[in-house]
Formats: sequence, C-alpha cells, structure tokens
Amino acid sequence: MKNEMKIQFSALSQNESFARVTVAAFIAQLDPTVDELTEIKTVVSEAVTNSIIHGYENSPDGIVYIEVTLDEDTVKLTIRDKGIGIPDLNEARQPLFTSKPELERSGMGFTIMENFMDEVEVISEPSYGTTIHLTKFLAKNKAVIN
Amino acid sequence: MSLNIGLEIKHTVLCIRLDGELDHHTADELRSKVDNILKNKKIEHIMLNLEGLDFMDSSGLGVILGRYKQIKSHNGEMVVCAISPAVKRLFDMSGLFKIIRLEENEEYALQTLGVA
Repeated sequence: MKNEMKIQFSALSQNESFARVTVAAFIAQLDPTVDELTEIKTVVSEAVTNSIIHGYENSPDGIVYIEVTLDEDTVKLTIRDKGIGIPDLNEARQPLFTSKPELERSGMGFTIMENFMDEVEVISEPSYGTTIHLTKFLAKNKAVIN
Repeated sequence: MSLNIGLEIKHTVLCIRLDGELDHHTADELRSKVDNILKNKKIEHIMLNLEGLDFMDSSGLGVILGRYKQIKSHNGEMVVCAISPAVKRLFDMSGLFKIIRLEENEEYALQTLGVA
C-alpha cells in the first residue's frame, strides 16, 4: 500500500530539526532499524540545510517543500526549493567542495546523501531552484520473533 | 531538540561537552560561544566530549573542523572522546580522524593533554 505525506515550511534554520523529526516519525511505521532512521534524518537535515543556506541564501521568505512516499519497504523523499539553483552540479557533488567556505561549510552534504541513500538524483536550474530525489530500500531481512 | 553546550577550562584545556543535536542551527551558537573563549582566555588545546550528542550532520563537521583550525594555528591539539557509532561514521567519511585524535573517554583524553 502506498502512503504519502507532504510538508512545507519557512527556510529557517530552526526548522531543520522539525523537518528531520517529522519525516522520521512518518517513516517509523515501516519499522526501520535505528541506523536506517538515523541515516534518513541525516540526509533530510543535509538537503534542508542546503536549501536554506545555498538555495535561499538565508532569506526566511523562502519555502522548503518535502514529500515522502512509502511503498512496501521503499522510502522516497523529495526535497525541493525555489531558490537560486546550483550552477555546476558535478562540482557541488564532489566531496569537500563548498561554495561557502567562509561559513565553515564542510562540503560533505551530497557525499553523506550518496553514502546513506540507495539513489540520489539532483535536478537544478539557476533561478528556478533545486529538487533532490532520494530513495532508500529498507532492509527486509529483519529478525522476526514468533 | 536543541543543543546544550557545557564549557569548562582546565588549566589551558578548553573542555567542550555537547548534549543534544548539532546541526546548522545549533552550530552557530557553539561557534560563537567557543570563539568567545578562545579570544579572551589562554587556551592551548580543546577536548571535545560527544557522549551526549544524539544527532550530528555535516554542519557539525564544519564547526568542529573550524575550531580545529583555530587551535592548530596556535600549535594546539584537539582531542575528541566518547563518540557514538553514528557520529563516528561521519568523522570517518570526512577524514577528520586524520587530523583529530580520538580517545575512548574524557579522563584519558585529558591525561594525554597533560591535565590529570
């Protein structure tokens, strides 16, 4: 059975925790492992932080959109902004690359998304915004106690 | 969830104890509190105890790396201790352990910095 949810919120840093906790609460019904839940919370935090800092350049007028679809043991996340977009996606996805070193960004956001998720797709167009599609297949071979 | 930041100076070692969640939002507060001490007190080394840290993302890596660079520029050292497996994965992924020493607990970390 397919199950969906959508949220949208102001591009404010205090909403990063709201976003990851809300997504985790929705996914909890699939009974993920603690590690899987931590990985999903981390990638939500990375993508939302990117939208706030890079997409909207810390302007609180921006809106961040999240959609989550659960289908069997597959979690699909879409995190979208209508910000400035990413001029060079290949460069942005390199480990340790950051366009904002002065803000002490580690440049690890996309690397973490790629490590923690099974599929990562980034669509970005300058001045139209950035959409990140993330897919994770939850482990099915969990121990069952009868 | 937010972040509780415990700060204590032992001789010339700044002990930072984090409790809660370290993300972009809470990293700003940590940065300004630590920088304020580094500017006003004579600090040689930093001991970072992450025992109570429930969540961290790449913004946490950034703020830790930034403080490392500051203390390193004065020939000091940063030691991290009591790290959870989830946080350790991020340190491993970013290569931070190549420059920041990891110890099992705070007592031992402080000993290695010359503070009993």
